[in-house]
Amino acid sequence: MALNLDSNIPSGPIEQKWDKAKFDMKLVNPSNKRKYSVIVVGSGLAGGAAAASMGELGYNVKCFCFQDSPRRAHSIAAQGGINAAKNYQNDGDSVYRLFYDTIKGGDFRAREANVYRLAQVSVDIIDQCVAQGVPFAREYGGVLANRSFGGAQVSRTFYARGQTGQQLLLGAYQALERQVDAGSVKMFYRSEMLDLIVIDGRARGIVTRDLVTGAVDVHIADAVCLGTGGYGNAFFLSTNAKGSNTTAIWRAYKKGAGFGNPCFTQIHPTCIPQSGDYQSKLTLMSESLRNDGRIWVPKKKSDTRPANTIPEDERDYYLERRYPAFGNLCPRDIASRAAKICCDEGYGVGPGGRGVYLDFAASIGRLGKSTIEERYGNLFEIYERITGDDPYAEPMRIYPAVHYTMGGLWVDYNLQSTIPGLFVLGEANFSDHGANRLGASALMQGLADGYFVIPYTLGNYLAQVKPGGVDENHPECRAAKDAVQARAAKLLSIKGKKTVDELHRELGKVMWEDCGMARNAAGLDRAIQRIPEIREEFWNNVNVPGSGADLNQSLERAGRVADFLELGELMCRDALTREESCGGHFREEYQTGEGEALRDDEKFCHAAVWEYQGDNQAPLRHIEPLAFEHVHLAQRNYK
Amino acid sequence: MKIILNIWRQQNATAAGKMVRYEMPGVSEHMSFLEMIDVLNETLTRKGEDPVTFEHDCREGICGCCGFMIDGIPHGPQRGTTVCQLHMRHYKDGDEVWLEPFRAKAFPVIKDLMVDRSSFDRIIASGGYISINTGSAPDGNNLPVVKKCSGMAMDSASCIGCGACVAACPNASASLFVSAKITHLGQLPQGQAERDRRAMRMVVKMTEEGFGYCTNTGECEAVCPKGIKIENIARMHRDYIKASVTYRQEAQGGGAG
Repeated sequence: MALNLDSNIPSGPIEQKWDKAKFDMKLVNPSNKRKYSVIVVGSGLAGGAAAASMGELGYNVKCFCFQDSPRRAHSIAAQGGINAAKNYQNDGDSVYRLFYDTIKGGDFRAREANVYRLAQVSVDIIDQCVAQGVPFAREYGGVLANRSFGGAQVSRTFYARGQTGQQLLLGAYQALERQVDAGSVKMFYRSEMLDLIVIDGRARGIVTRDLVTGAVDVHIADAVCLGTGGYGNAFFLSTNAKGSNTTAIWRAYKKGAGFGNPCFTQIHPTCIPQSGDYQSKLTLMSESLRNDGRIWVPKKKSDTRPANTIPEDERDYYLERRYPAFGNLCPRDIASRAAKICCDEGYGVGPGGRGVYLDFAASIGRLGKSTIEERYGNLFEIYERITGDDPYAEPMRIYPAVHYTMGGLWVDYNLQSTIPGLFVLGEANFSDHGANRLGASALMQGLADGYFVIPYTLGNYLAQVKPGGVDENHPECRAAKDAVQARAAKLLSIKGKKTVDELHRELGKVMWEDCGMARNAAGLDRAIQRIPEIREEFWNNVNVPGSGADLNQSLERAGRVADFLELGELMCRDALTREESCGGHFREEYQTGEGEALRDDEKFCHAAVWEYQGDNQAPLRHIEPLAFEHVHLAQRNYK
Repeated sequence: MKIILNIWRQQNATAAGKMVRYEMPGVSEHMSFLEMIDVLNETLTRKGEDPVTFEHDCREGICGCCGFMIDGIPHGPQRGTTVCQLHMRHYKDGDEVWLEPFRAKAFPVIKDLMVDRSSFDRIIASGGYISINTGSAPDGNNLPVVKKCSGMAMDSASCIGCGACVAACPNASASLFVSAKITHLGQLPQGQAERDRRAMRMVVKMTEEGFGYCTNTGECEAVCPKGIKIENIARMHRDYIKASVTYRQEAQGGGAG
């Protein structure tokens, strides 16, 4: 079965496409809206904003989260900020420039029309959030403040100290709870989606497991939205929350949704290095720190002197040296790779030589400690808590870590997947960031999709279908429910010798070594051999204690890891077949003489979309060609 | 180093619980407290025993999932720190600690160290928001906000909803949590229209959910991992008293056709 990869981009000039699309959309009469039901899975910026906005419009919304409250969604951990083309700073920003920066930052692997719309609605997001009471940073005159972020030469990032994600999420959460109180949204806590129900070719519902009672339930609706985040935990160690997982989108993939660019992973340059084998996750230090911090390594290999004793002329500020125009503010993929090269060549610092310095001494000297404290106080505190070192007195040690996945379920301009009625929002989709996401753009995309795109495009879909018509006893519902129960029973019956985390770590090691910051054909071939072996061992030798009839965190993790063990292989297959380097996808075989990513626009100016063919069968690779009519294909240059 | 853990084990909401003693050898000073329990759980799983259930997610001190009592203190001994950010370098070889779930009528135990805090969501739903539908907002710079007020709003908005304040309070009051939201929104010009209604509804809801009253013991402020100030509670009381005099239910009038 061929996937329908029609992107449904509206005709006309790029500036007018979204307006035209909105006008062409079918509407649901206000009094008919309550007859339609919508399932939203995930309660972060994308899911939470969508559920609240659809509830405000009068639809019947059921929203699901696996955490104990929608306010826990991992959007809350975003630190740095949110971009918007407000041009409040009078420094030359515009919708077009944000669009341009995002396309270029993504190394020409995102769809122009989607990105243009994202830049357009970015300004509405700030207005909406301010009106909700999000306490953005202000100037003394009372107006909104901005800061700079990587990959841009204008100051367009709005922020709330180092807790921007928290404040934006609380805004969406409060809007959501207001709808819960009004009765238009029913919230399901501690409830995990374990399968998608497709009836007559349309997404019609989900199967969930109540994580407290173990009850497996079917929920039916007229459409399903997934705002379930990214899959960086395929690497085991990442900056994602422990619970972040791929299960919702992976189950949808196995029900026929195309998976776009699974190998596009963002490795964030500024994270706290790993300290031991027990490490459960890695902690991000916001990119905003690069505004005032300078990154360097000693000029001498394996230099073990304390950082502060190394004289100025024996330090290599390698980003400023290699990329003088952008310096410490070059995009994430470039900064990460540069750190890796330094450490590979033996200039790294700290245990194992896997670290570089991020130094604030110059900024503290210039601006004073109190200004630095005001800007980054909470980040410095996090650093000190984790490492025991004081970053006001000595430089931070940082190293890149998996942070974000640009890949995700393929969606058209309307955010609809290849399954009609299944819409995918935020990090869970593949749409806007191409091969590399710029800082402060994830929050923008999540809220754009949830507040300002889905209310239109989902309404347009609903206007063209009849509400209702199926119930929980439909054979597809029963089959999906039985499959979920059988899978849990199987996981619990193995009672093998290895724990879920042990096998997850094994997968993570393979992914990091062979599908991480630098990839090559030999390594990817090896990973494609190795991952099915780990998967085989998982299904024969995993030990999931306890029962399925009550709260069982091991069982929850086992189900998620089983899906990562399948997704990991797909990521490697995608990385192997994309024989070029672009953004975060760096194939060692394809680089310029200076070690920069070398794209192959002749062969790979497209999104790769994978179609599931059955367990242990090679999936099919399709393509959606990408056209660049406004931002002309060029090698990215941050020098 | 070796740490002795005494952990509250309780199979479900209705079962009886008890303290169980575990010895944890080989604890590294660089581990977080939760990573130590991860290692314990791996050991228990290998032995065929039920691992310890505890809530956690971001492990960066921001999601508010984690939290239990360590030696009678929510989130443990280090001030301004969630338990996921507490590191073992603050302990020494041979230390013995006692872990219990947060205890409050409005936070029933679900299993082991995990409790049900959905009462917090219901309090927010009762009025902890500004009513503004998507799409109806004016330009963000139309309404200047005094920098100091914006900063104070941010201080209060930093609350992560972990529930430590309730667990520390002898009355199991949620006043610090509720007042943080009332202060966050009440400091901003956008929050004025609903200020009376918000105070009335949230305070009433807090009582309905089974939380106690505030008697100014100050334990909440002492344990709050985000440094939320007790002065918020004074502000809540002021708003509530004012609202109880001036607030009237909105008239339910129909429009003329």
